[in-house]
Amino acid sequence: MNRLRRILAFWYDFVVGDDWRVAVAVVLALALTAGLSAAGVPAWWVLPVAVVLVLPLTLWRAVKRS
Amino acid sequence: MSAGALFLAVFLACAVEAVEALTIVLAAGTARDWRSAGIGVGAALVALAAIVAALGPALELIPLGALRLVVGGLLLVFGLQWLRKSVLRASGHKELHDETAIFARQLAAADTAPARSRGAVSDWYAFTLSFKGVFLEGLEVAFIALTFGSNQHDVPLAALAAICAIVVVAGIGFAVRAPLARVPENSLKFVVGVMLTSFGVFWGGEGAGAHWPASDAALLVLVPAIALFGLGLIAVLRRQRLRGEARDRQSEVTV
Repeated sequence: MNRLRRILAFWYDFVVGDDWRVAVAVVLALALTAGLSAAGVPAWWVLPVAVVLVLPLTLWRAVKRS
Repeated sequence: MSAGALFLAVFLACAVEAVEALTIVLAAGTARDWRSAGIGVGAALVALAAIVAALGPALELIPLGALRLVVGGLLLVFGLQWLRKSVLRASGHKELHDETAIFARQLAAADTAPARSRGAVSDWYAFTLSFKGVFLEGLEVAFIALTFGSNQHDVPLAALAAICAIVVVAGIGFAVRAPLARVPENSLKFVVGVMLTSFGVFWGGEGAGAHWPASDAALLVLVPAIALFGLGLIAVLRRQRLRGEARDRQSEVTV
């Protein structure tokens, strides 16, 4: 069990990293892009906007913590 | 994406991780046993090569749209994490990665660990230290090489870039027998973060069904725009830190 937990913790750390909110925001932005594209609405702007919002937010949280 | 850009992105990412792995291997070899450390490096490289060999052809079988969606998302998460770290370090909110200090810490830890042999490995501690260092630092690079390579249908070129970076860093490291403290590691990390984020945005968007204005040429706007955005954030955070320090000094004087 401990070994499984360690393996899961390693993969979580490897994929998600220091701030899980970044990963969640990316998934949501990809879902919004897919939804808008499926509806025939231009959606190329969603991910760049997500970067512009997410990066300052995660930095702000890190600075506040330090 | 041109072959040159693919090579450069993988080479830089691999060079950053190779510098970190080199520090660990040098500590294991210097403090303990070079032979066991070398076997650890070899075993880790074989494990990484097996992962690349198994996943490389499998990735090429996945439909391009699905591959770009998953890979784009992962690259975007990785890229934002790399950018986050490098912006925090460049603005002084997080300590720079100091290879000399890490080397000293690893040496001290290696000095106190008991010696134990297993099979052909005379010093198990040196073996596991260098195996873990190379494997863990190399895993992310293997992923970057595989995803960039498979998206561009050129895994061999990506693998060549990774091998070249390892050979260059290892060659310099073993020639000077010291951690590469003078490599501008944070700047390289920033550049790789910008590239991972830009390609993550581009491929993730395409995979999710979006159509980029001007198609591939959109990358020529995305890469410099994200780089400028990152540099702007460094400037803002640095100014904020200096202002905070000045305020602290002033309040100390008035007290």
